[in-house]
Amino acid sequence: MSTISIRKYASENGALAGLVVLALVIAFMQPAFLNAQNLLNVGVQAAVIAIMAFGMTFVVVAGGIDLSVGSIAALAALVGALTAGPVGLVVGALCGLVNGALISYGKLPPFIATLAMLSVARGLTLVFSEGQPHETDEVVTFLGSNLAPMLPLPLLLMLAFFGITGLVLTRTNLGRRMYAIGGNEEAAKLSGIDVRRTKLWIYALSGLFAAAAGLVLAGRLGSAGPQAAVGYELDAIAAVVIGGASLSGGVGRATGTLVGALVLAVLRNGLNLLQVPPFWQQVVIGAVIALAALLDSLRRR
Amino acid sequence: MKTLITARGITKHFGATKALDGVDLDIFAGEVHVLLGENGAGKSTLVKVLAGIHDQDSGTIEGRTSLAVIHQELALVPELSVAENLFLNRLPRRFGFVDRAGMRRRAPELLDRVGLHVDPNAKVKDLGIAQQQMIEIARALDKNAGVLILDEPTAVLTDTETDRLLEIMAQLRHNGVGLVFITHHLDEIQRIADRITVLRDGRSVGVLGPRATTRHMIELMVGRPIDEQYPRARQRPGQPLLSISGLTKRGVFQDVDIEVHAGEVVGIAGLVGAGRTEVARAAFGVDGYDRGTVAVDGKPLPRHDVQAAIKAGLGLVPEDRKRQGLVLTATVGQNLELVTLANRDSKRLHDIAGKLRIKGRVEQPVKELSGGNQQKVVIGKWLLADPKVLILDEPTRGVDVGAKVEIYELINRMTAQGRAVLLVSSDLPEVIGMSDRVVVMAHGRVAGELPRGATQDQVMALAVQEIPA
Repeated sequence: MSTISIRKYASENGALAGLVVLALVIAFMQPAFLNAQNLLNVGVQAAVIAIMAFGMTFVVVAGGIDLSVGSIAALAALVGALTAGPVGLVVGALCGLVNGALISYGKLPPFIATLAMLSVARGLTLVFSEGQPHETDEVVTFLGSNLAPMLPLPLLLMLAFFGITGLVLTRTNLGRRMYAIGGNEEAAKLSGIDVRRTKLWIYALSGLFAAAAGLVLAGRLGSAGPQAAVGYELDAIAAVVIGGASLSGGVGRATGTLVGALVLAVLRNGLNLLQVPPFWQQVVIGAVIALAALLDSLRRR
Repeated sequence: MKTLITARGITKHFGATKALDGVDLDIFAGEVHVLLGENGAGKSTLVKVLAGIHDQDSGTIEGRTSLAVIHQELALVPELSVAENLFLNRLPRRFGFVDRAGMRRRAPELLDRVGLHVDPNAKVKDLGIAQQQMIEIARALDKNAGVLILDEPTAVLTDTETDRLLEIMAQLRHNGVGLVFITHHLDEIQRIADRITVLRDGRSVGVLGPRATTRHMIELMVGRPIDEQYPRARQRPGQPLLSISGLTKRGVFQDVDIEVHAGEVVGIAGLVGAGRTEVARAAFGVDGYDRGTVAVDGKPLPRHDVQAAIKAGLGLVPEDRKRQGLVLTATVGQNLELVTLANRDSKRLHDIAGKLRIKGRVEQPVKELSGGNQQKVVIGKWLLADPKVLILDEPTRGVDVGAKVEIYELINRMTAQGRAVLLVSSDLPEVIGMSDRVVVMAHGRVAGELPRGATQDQVMALAVQEIPA
């Protein structure tokens, strides 16, 4: 095995090893963590961020960033509550398309374009909701429910999106184009890859995934509120980065992102079980993100 | 003679590969010591060990305290001024603030030592690459570097700029600086080298004197006799495959006519800035143009449309391998299939990788390969796409002699199969030796065309001529 593939193995499984260690420490301090119901809860809690982060993985692999996913999730959930779930998905994808158009054809930096969308989508959510939470219909509520006593649908949806993401990244042209564009946009262009159209697709996918995450969140809560999913974009980015993706593009995998989202969920759950005050939880989570990134950076050296 | 650096038995492994194997090296004061070797022979590793970037596994190095390395990628801050770059890291201070006046006073003195006359307040990004190199050299000298290592500095320079650099190097040698010079240009070696250490597969295989012949250097480097440097096998030209006519982009190139026939290699020679790369990029659809037509096999191409050009059977190997040719984060295989993503064929991919004799596996990250092997990957991705016409822009820049010949053989194989090659090159012997016809460009126009067997003087005479506006 060459040094690079060992390194790759380590960085891939480094996050996984971190997850295992984290879970063991928490289980040692609070055995209730290992309770099956609690573990399922962790999975459900991870689902929303994970689905969002899968969409973010496409964007990050292609060398971009999407700050608008939290707002898009809220808007899609609200539209879903006011009309029907599928309409919410369409709205999310459309928001993503607008992001992609601004970036591809307007040549705006992704940071700026999606920052603008963050504000616009949140604003529209406030406008349409008139500041009030709205109840979701049974279709959306079903997304957040249990299929059977020990079979929460959010968990299954997370796994389904995980599978789709892995397939898209590794087995489709679109996925290979993402890696090429993120690795070297100029070389991709000179190899005949339609960079602009590909980016359109990438951001549309991110919007679609964010909308799906928003609907799952609304389904769990039974309502879509104007302040839903505030700041979730940062968790999604954190999950992608903890999973070993590079914000400079060209590197990242679906398994990494899944592990990243689980790390965040396990941490939140564990801190609750250990009765750490919520204000301190923020501090700990921030420290863990920094630590994960630091370890990854040390490994790459 | 004073010895500045003594390295003995330097050995360095990367994983299972032995990058350096017991290398001895002495650097004397007042000499130009050339490190010669194919890409991957261990030159860069040796330099990095000397500079302390890598630690050697075994062996000893004495006297490396006063050493400075000028890397190919320059370590300058483009947005800062010349003076600020010169004193970067140790800006002169007065009352705790940067002493701008003092800096501006001292800068010209430093620049003088490398014969550079530029405004110290100019931003570095507004200077040419040659001038930027001089600034780095000046900065190194100010830190009292006794040994200066120049890692392929001339690869990015024009001929006149190279002449200037060699003059400065001679001057520094006269002042007692020890210079380590890495270059692939054998003529430069013959002009300036005092001693030549030849590396092959991580070992020092010989130290030559200043009067070593080109042939001797090449044979030591590749470890076997080389029959011919430019093994062009001519074909009888067929129908025109690429027709560029009246191509014009205001202020860049005017009325360019070039026709390349099946089985033919047409070279484009000219000075840097003559518009060669620009014509190649416009023909391939990367950039737009104002007037004229480009046709492949009789079919006109739409402007500014790379996908259409590729579909019609055109390919382009761009001049800057790392910035434009490769996805460095990806593997060899992933790079090979960049153009043919839509219809992947792993059998053909392995087939091509084998034919190219790429050292390295298909699953290996492409950034681990040497420059020559990387270039073969860029060419390989086009061979997979099976183009009718391949435009090669500086295909052997920074590529060692052995890999060069392999690239020439690939060109021969393409033309033998009835394809056409347009070869843009600043390497005069190469463009003359490998082309069936040479089109010479000057000031954005075609200055003339020369048949096979033209001399370098004839090409240069056309390249430097003034064309009335």
